[in-house]
Amino acid sequence: MPPHDTAAGVQTGWYRRHAWPVRLLHWVNVLAFIVLLMSGLQIFNAHPALNWGKSSYNGRPPILHMAARMDAQGNPKGVTRILGHEFDTTGVLGLSAGMDGLPVQRGFPAWITLPGGQWLAMARRWHFFFAWVLVINGLAYLAYTLASRHLMRDLTPTRTDWRSIGRSIKDHLLLRHARGEAARRYNILQKLAYLGVIFVLFPLLILMGWAMSPGLDSLVPGWIDVFGGRQSARTLHFLVAWALVAFVFIHVFEVIVSGFWNNLRSMLTGRYRIAADEDKHA
Amino acid sequence: MPSQGNGRRQFLLRALAAGGTLLLSGCDQLSRSGWFTRMLDSAEKLTFGAQRLLLPRKAMAQEFTAADLSPDFRSNGTSNPADPLYQALASNQFADYRLQVGGLVAQPRTYSLDDLKALPSRTQITRHDCVEGWSAIGKWKGVPLSRVLEQVQPHPSARYVVFYCADPMDDVGTRYYESIDMEDAWHAQTLLAYELNDVPLPIKNGAPIRVRVERQLGYKMAKYVMQIALVDRLDTIAGGKGGYWEDQGYEWYAGI
Repeated sequence: MPPHDTAAGVQTGWYRRHAWPVRLLHWVNVLAFIVLLMSGLQIFNAHPALNWGKSSYNGRPPILHMAARMDAQGNPKGVTRILGHEFDTTGVLGLSAGMDGLPVQRGFPAWITLPGGQWLAMARRWHFFFAWVLVINGLAYLAYTLASRHLMRDLTPTRTDWRSIGRSIKDHLLLRHARGEAARRYNILQKLAYLGVIFVLFPLLILMGWAMSPGLDSLVPGWIDVFGGRQSARTLHFLVAWALVAFVFIHVFEVIVSGFWNNLRSMLTGRYRIAADEDKHA
Repeated sequence: MPSQGNGRRQFLLRALAAGGTLLLSGCDQLSRSGWFTRMLDSAEKLTFGAQRLLLPRKAMAQEFTAADLSPDFRSNGTSNPADPLYQALASNQFADYRLQVGGLVAQPRTYSLDDLKALPSRTQITRHDCVEGWSAIGKWKGVPLSRVLEQVQPHPSARYVVFYCADPMDDVGTRYYESIDMEDAWHAQTLLAYELNDVPLPIKNGAPIRVRVERQLGYKMAKYVMQIALVDRLDTIAGGKGGYWEDQGYEWYAGI
């Protein structure tokens, strides 16, 4: 969203919000992330437990574990155990309908895993191909955002932004959205969310993926102990992936409530329509 | 511009619906189509190439201390080969076990368990990473494969070391096998292990000999090794992918 791109001006109400590289890289990222999440959950299902430490068998129980077992009446149920607390998650976690519709023991259900049925080898092939797509796409984005000054110009918070943080939180909670000139710029919460995703969550996700590779672990033996060891890295990989899912939900929610078609159009064609500047609260 | 807007909206809705359908039902079909899986497979070569480029030839897998040992080293896959010949060997504490090493070598040899134990040994506490996602730490003692290779003298055309195992994997006589390339074969931590946690290797963990290839996943580390062959190609062996699990679709390079 280049503020200097004033060709359209406020009079016509249109401006070019996203440059084509950002649009392209955004949608490639969407595709790669969806595939990585779903294939990742299939991989998780091969051992639906999370541990903290250098190995899975270190004398401490898993911090999360999904399983199926019989209840008192002899009916199978899905059970999820988190930090010692047990939850009945029948139908979703631990026990859910398999590809043939019959209940089967599995971590995450078939509708959210790729492939649907238990197939670890194929999930790994999807996962590692799209991991390369995600990393190359991310590097292309970094190169673009630095070279075009998109990062400095549009994403780096200004002093004014920081001062507006209280009001921005209130605006978000009240679902009030910027209009007019203010709609051309990302607000402070938006900037922080994007920077957090781009420079914290995705890099951590990728690094924790690498930490699970026995090959890359030998690059500097012991480097993964910085993150608590190999099984801790697997746990972090899982948690960061869900943190990104949480971001996606908030992101899509904001896209919907702040003008779904306008936002979607701007990420597809670049064109964004600015509402008349009659409301100054910004 | 309401009319234009409606047209676009319809188009976008259709595109979203098509995308969703493709994602939910199409992916499983893609997993079974030749061109698509070949495309996915290209990542394996990329990963293998990148890791070999990045990692020094002699880069060592992390070694741990006794404090990190897993209380019980988990058995996975075969825990007791259902094979009469193997059972006969086991009943005699593997006194009659003979490891044949041949193929593209100048000096094919046969080793008893005592022959292997007489060679210089290496002891290492390493983490075993299973493809399923779990890991366990164990203390391994064995003869470095490089010591055996020095004795049998691989032919320059040898590119892979193939391990043939005793454990039957199905009812039609398929047995476990695995392969590694010469770089991993000569690596200091690549062992023919005969001890785990200071006792003779238990049957559930691959007695009398299992391979340790510490920079790769567990399925590369064949148990119940009976025969070793140096070869120049893998596509003429069994399913042609270089290992039992590779023939089922897993990657040959399991450094990831």
